[in-house]
Amino acid sequence: MPKITFITFDGERRTVEVAAGTTLMRAATDNRVDGIDGDCGGNCACATCHVYVDPTWADRVGARTACEVDMLNLVAELRDTSRLACQIDVDASLDGLIVATPESQH
Amino acid sequence: MNATSPLVAPGADARARALTLPLDQLDPADPQGFVDDTVGYVFERLRREDPVHRSHSPVPGIDTYWSVTRYQDILHVDSHHDLYSSAGGITLMDFPDDDEQKLKMFIAMDPPKHDEQRRAVSPIVAPANLNNWRDLIRERTGKVLDSLPRNETFDWVDKVSIELTTYMLATLFDFPLEDRRLLTYWSDISTANKLTNPDAPEPEVRMAELRKMLEYFTRLWNERVNEAPRSDLISMLAHGPATRNMGPLEYMGNLVLLIVGGNDTTRNSMTGGVLALNDFPEEMAKLRANPALIEGMVSEIIRWQTPLAYMRRTAMADTELGGKQIKKGDKLAMWYLSGNRDAGAIRDPDRFIIDRERPRQHLSFGFGIHRCVGNRLAELQLKILWEEILKRFERIEVVGEPTRVRSAFVRGFSKLPVRL
Repeated sequence: MPKITFITFDGERRTVEVAAGTTLMRAATDNRVDGIDGDCGGNCACATCHVYVDPTWADRVGARTACEVDMLNLVAELRDTSRLACQIDVDASLDGLIVATPESQH
Repeated sequence: MNATSPLVAPGADARARALTLPLDQLDPADPQGFVDDTVGYVFERLRREDPVHRSHSPVPGIDTYWSVTRYQDILHVDSHHDLYSSAGGITLMDFPDDDEQKLKMFIAMDPPKHDEQRRAVSPIVAPANLNNWRDLIRERTGKVLDSLPRNETFDWVDKVSIELTTYMLATLFDFPLEDRRLLTYWSDISTANKLTNPDAPEPEVRMAELRKMLEYFTRLWNERVNEAPRSDLISMLAHGPATRNMGPLEYMGNLVLLIVGGNDTTRNSMTGGVLALNDFPEEMAKLRANPALIEGMVSEIIRWQTPLAYMRRTAMADTELGGKQIKKGDKLAMWYLSGNRDAGAIRDPDRFIIDRERPRQHLSFGFGIHRCVGNRLAELQLKILWEEILKRFERIEVVGEPTRVRSAFVRGFSKLPVRL
């Protein structure tokens, strides 16, 4: 199963194993990863699963979806690497992915 | 009171009526169903038989509107802001465009202006900032609870819910504490509507009072615009690039938004929680046994109460929703109150259950770009309230029926007699 590493704003790392086909948001909430709430259940409608994708992974993770652009407009601390974790499907190509969570979500 | 659900409890007559009336006569925006808390029967039937439902209200200015009653349909409308606009207003009542009563506030705007103005105020209530408020909220909550009378009946709404939310607002605005009840008064005045509530003030009186509010806040604005930026909301608005050039009506609209948003809502969840725990004593026992359940319970209280029963949207194009043809310009009420009782999305929705799985998956804060900006602050206030209650009181006994507000928008209480 792909392994994903989440890094909190103060540097704490947590690696979880995720079944392929799970969204990155669900991977985090199922494993109670700090800093990802996922209030809307994965509908791109609450922006509480904001993550920064490690730049070396940007190409493989892909671009933001249209609804994601709208929601990310509202978040604090928007960066070029910002994504919503509910819009990222985990598969074998993302094994080893590293993402960080913003301070405002803690 | 019946221990299944206050929303589906009183009045077998009301239930029979809601289940037998011809569908085209069901008008969930009739405030009477909120006064006697029977609107739940109407929603129960609509979710089952006509989930996207067209009504004709006898109230001028409301007229014809759609009711969206199922969770998934509400989520769909709420998250398609290009198709379902907020710029026509967030309540069903229409005002002429040039009407002074039509307040300008970012919740009733579309992008990009909405996004700019929202971003100017959102940092103050963002999770990262909440630590600044935590100790102050706890101290003030403790003081209010310590001052409550013992062994005598008092009104929880006035002595606790209003007092605490007003304190909080005064803190956010850095508003003079001795005048804090003005905030409650202005909040009530701004949502008062003569057309649906005969006891409400005349429109001229309402506007005159709102102008007094504007004068007061303009004074505070002028003080703060000339000082270095601070962390209170008025200072943030006065210095923020997206908000510092707002006209007076826009300033007033956004103040009303923040006052109502921070006042009516949390206030009524503070009362609704007491009532729910009284109606479901087994949940109270669970809470006593395990106070760590407070965090999830707070979300459940907010679902259960749904302090804003709906938000309105206006269709920007002809479209289809739930098999119905929606025409450009039609208005829709997304009934959060109904979606929060939809068994298709929430298990056993007519029970108050403090330890639900994924308790934050409810509609009370809305979803999409207009999602409540103060949601984490509201949760924090409620969490601290219940932590401090559990430290002090064995029980809060509800000793009479609550008095409910005559409004289909603000689902709330004006009185709840209790005894400690």
